[in-house]
Amino acid sequence: MNEPNRQGEVWVFAEQEDGVLSDVVLELCGKARQLADELGVKAGAVLPGSDIDGLSQKLIAYGIDHVYVVEDTRLAHFQTSSYSRVVCSLIDKHQPQIVLYGATSLGRDLAPRVASETRAGMTADCTDLEIKDVTDPRTKQVHEKLLLQIRPAFGGNIVATIVNYDWWPQMATVREGVMPMQDPDESRSGATIVEDIELDDSLFPVKLIERCVEPRTVNLKGARVIVAGGGGVGSRDSFKLIHELAGAIGGAVGASRAAVDGGFIGKEHQIGQTGTTVRPALYIAAGISGAVQHRAGMEESAKIIAINTDPDAPIFSVAHYGIVGDMKKVLPMLVSALKERR
Amino acid sequence: MPYDIVVLVKQVPDTAHVTVDTMRADGTVNRGALPTIFNPEDLHALESALELRDRYGGTVTALSMGPPKAADVLRECLYRGADHAILLTDRRAAASDTLATSYILAQAVKAIGKYDFVFAGRQAIDGDTAQVGPQCAEKLGVTQLTYLEELVHVKDNVVRVRRNLGNGWEIVEAPLPVLLTVMDTANKPRPPAARKVLRFKHARVEAEVAAEVKSDSKESSKEEQATEVSRRCEVLRDQGLSIEQWNLDDIGADLERCGLSGSPTKVFRVQSIVLTKEGYTEIAPTEEGARQLIQELVIDRTLG
Repeated sequence: MNEPNRQGEVWVFAEQEDGVLSDVVLELCGKARQLADELGVKAGAVLPGSDIDGLSQKLIAYGIDHVYVVEDTRLAHFQTSSYSRVVCSLIDKHQPQIVLYGATSLGRDLAPRVASETRAGMTADCTDLEIKDVTDPRTKQVHEKLLLQIRPAFGGNIVATIVNYDWWPQMATVREGVMPMQDPDESRSGATIVEDIELDDSLFPVKLIERCVEPRTVNLKGARVIVAGGGGVGSRDSFKLIHELAGAIGGAVGASRAAVDGGFIGKEHQIGQTGTTVRPALYIAAGISGAVQHRAGMEESAKIIAINTDPDAPIFSVAHYGIVGDMKKVLPMLVSALKERR
Repeated sequence: MPYDIVVLVKQVPDTAHVTVDTMRADGTVNRGALPTIFNPEDLHALESALELRDRYGGTVTALSMGPPKAADVLRECLYRGADHAILLTDRRAAASDTLATSYILAQAVKAIGKYDFVFAGRQAIDGDTAQVGPQCAEKLGVTQLTYLEELVHVKDNVVRVRRNLGNGWEIVEAPLPVLLTVMDTANKPRPPAARKVLRFKHARVEAEVAAEVKSDSKESSKEEQATEVSRRCEVLRDQGLSIEQWNLDDIGADLERCGLSGSPTKVFRVQSIVLTKEGYTEIAPTEEGARQLIQELVIDRTLG
């Protein structure tokens, strides 16, 4: 259990796989930079792994001041015990005030283990972070410049703001795709600090037998426009209408869980709590009822158009434009309206 | 070789069916207005535990923390074939965050004694944090294997599993004991067995017996009621229908680490985001409507 250290840095856990940093890490670098500036402290990154040359420079370009590198061939593949020991040792040594992780499979496995060992507070799946003074309603004590950890809870029905007064560091996992990725500045300078951490063999209990990781082939997160279909599309055949509109408008194809479960399209297109979180400039939802799990993954979109036969479908509650009608008729109309413009 | 297996289960409000009635005006949730269910992924954890036992032998102990009403999910475990059930119930555990909860559950697992496997659902639908499993593993000092999709086999005290990584999978091995968190894609939970339902629908924790005695014999003195509670509990135990009830003292918990005082995270603010239907611009489902919509998107530069 660590006392608050208000001079402590703002850290990002630099998740990487086979020498490639995950996108959410780069998103978090920008956020850490912003939080660190507000607090008047440095931004740091923890980078464990093997063969990770060049990643440190990239983290610095994305806004980090100090990169703490722990290189060991046994750290080539993530496993909880050893990675947790690396992060806990560095927290102990440098006393950061904030540690952020991507809410990836890896981050959601590692972060709670670190929180348990350091006995620090931990908030999962944040969608926003802010620095604010907070008054404890019980003691009336004012805590200056706390990290507000904002996340959907209760199945996405509420947004809860969580704070952590005095069991630091303040730690959170942050959902992928919710923080805008800043442009890298290759001219930024920062320091790479090589850390030597004793890792006993007992910290590597897990033996990797086989691994199969498919690179993401669908770039939903980078898309400016997304056309998504749901269970209401009805069949794989009708789903062609979604592809056609996406083609005409220059957007990517997304789907709700119902459409994926229905076999209309592959899981890599799924948007929502269990799929990808997106925030494009325009999101067109056709035949999607808008269960909270789906809304959680798209409601940050700048403009939302909902097309559904049911006027009471919850998707309309987040829509800017609503069309109550059959998507099978409406989508071709939109396609021809788009073509008329050219 | 038989294994001692513990499965962590939780009773949760059915958050998938929140309506206007369940949200209070101040944006907080009226939990009382929501039906409670067996946390969905915990049912898959139970199934994994039962499959393991059916394959290699051993015992499955279901453990839950919650109010006396949470005995419902433990009865569900017994209907499906769990061998023992324990409810950790204590007002002093209220308001525990994930850190305090995992401390209490780990203390309870230690109190059970010997274990080779601990199973838990990946996450619970009321919080969706997925933190209690890993935090429990840390408190127990055991290896955690999250996102279980298939338990391939156990050989010479080493378990081989397939984990779901979101963008792929991996097969790994680890020596026992381990804590596994289970995905809903891991298996298909078995239905309750009719014979076991008939038998275990009478299973009770002591707190439930006490509530029943209180309503059955309003006239009796406290002492008489207490005697009656012990008598009925004795009968249930003899029939194998007693669900064990533990409190924080029974598991040797440090009270400072439980409940509010053991919880670093505090809820600062809660806002309702559901069913706050703001107006949207309605577009007619016609060619003219489609044209008008595209036009508007061009004017406001959404479409370049």
